[in-house]
Amino acid sequence: MAIEGADIVKAAAFIGAGIAMGLGAIGPGVGEGMTAAKACEAIGRNPKEAGLLTRTMLVGQAVAESTGIYSLVIALLLLFVV
Amino acid sequence: MNIEVQTVVEVAAYVGGGLAMGFGAIGAAIGEGYTAARANEAISRNPKISGDIFKTMLVGQAVAESASIFALVVAILLLFMKVPFPTLLKAAAILGAGISMGFGAIGSGIGSGYPAAEACCGIARQPATASRLTTNMLIGSAVCQTPAIFSMVVALMLMFINFGGASLQPTWAAYLGAGLSMGLAAIGSGFGGGLAAGASCEGISRNPGTAASVTTIMLVGQAVAQTASIFGLLVSFILMFKSFPESTALSAAMALLSAGICMGFGGIGPGIGNGMAAGGAVQWVARNVEHAGDLMRIMLVGQAVSQSTAIYAMVVSLVLIFVV
Repeated sequence: MAIEGADIVKAAAFIGAGIAMGLGAIGPGVGEGMTAAKACEAIGRNPKEAGLLTRTMLVGQAVAESTGIYSLVIALLLLFVV
Repeated sequence: MNIEVQTVVEVAAYVGGGLAMGFGAIGAAIGEGYTAARANEAISRNPKISGDIFKTMLVGQAVAESASIFALVVAILLLFMKVPFPTLLKAAAILGAGISMGFGAIGSGIGSGYPAAEACCGIARQPATASRLTTNMLIGSAVCQTPAIFSMVVALMLMFINFGGASLQPTWAAYLGAGLSMGLAAIGSGFGGGLAAGASCEGISRNPGTAASVTTIMLVGQAVAQTASIFGLLVSFILMFKSFPESTALSAAMALLSAGICMGFGGIGPGIGNGMAAGGAVQWVARNVEHAGDLMRIMLVGQAVSQSTAIYAMVVSLVLIFVV
């Protein structure tokens, strides 16, 4: 099996994409889950503010999501651009 | 050095058996240790009913043990299996089976420890609810075992299905990827399901009147937390059963391996996160049952957002399988 330089580069880009998206998905998943758990606690304590708490939870999760989106962007760049 | 194919298959089976049992022993041991620790705490609070607590501890630990028993079964099968037609492809499939079962047992073992631990503490708090708590504990920890069962199914399929005349290159990477995808993705869902089940046992012991609502929302939350491992199962089925055109290029094989790594790791975080969200919701349904509807709604919204990164990981791995 003759392995060419271009082939190795492509193989490395594929592995890199998988690692970037795979490991990058762990943090946002756990972090957003914590946010949701605390939002449930807050609504349980003070159900009148459910609307405000839902909004705050979603904004907080959107910020936590950003690193997941960075991973997705890097993975897609590695797959299609590099 | 000329190595026979038969030798390679045996090496793969022994390494796979070691991986299956070695990694497979982690989760159940941690989960059972946690259960035992909380059972001691419970007995010290209420020594009069130590018999009931001890019994609940053993039942809960037995369920948590099943994850590592699956690993033991797969490891023993790997050690003693006879492969009728040894090929290099079969060697890759056997190694993938060991990886799938080994990683897949971690989450379920740890997760099942939580409901058992909280049930022991709950019985010390409210001895009258013992039977209700035991039932809820058994339902919750049975659901925690599903990811380990998925992993066992994938491992047995990799070991015993005759995949026929698939080409060695690049299909070997697809079989390893199938094992990684299922095994790693099962970690998060098993652990997350345990967090939800633990919170429900605690909640029922504090407010036994809410048991019906608590069990319902626990099951909904656990079902959503299972999605990450179902994505892993889906990707590993695609990797096992899609036929790949023969290609000696390294990149073709690495794309398939990477698809498994991506979905496997990508499923861990969302599985744990969904379990945390479900745990928070269940805990507060027990304390404030009038607002169970609001809590269920926000739990599902939060879980959906937390699930998004698992969906990104699935998209990237499907792109790796079908597009590049």
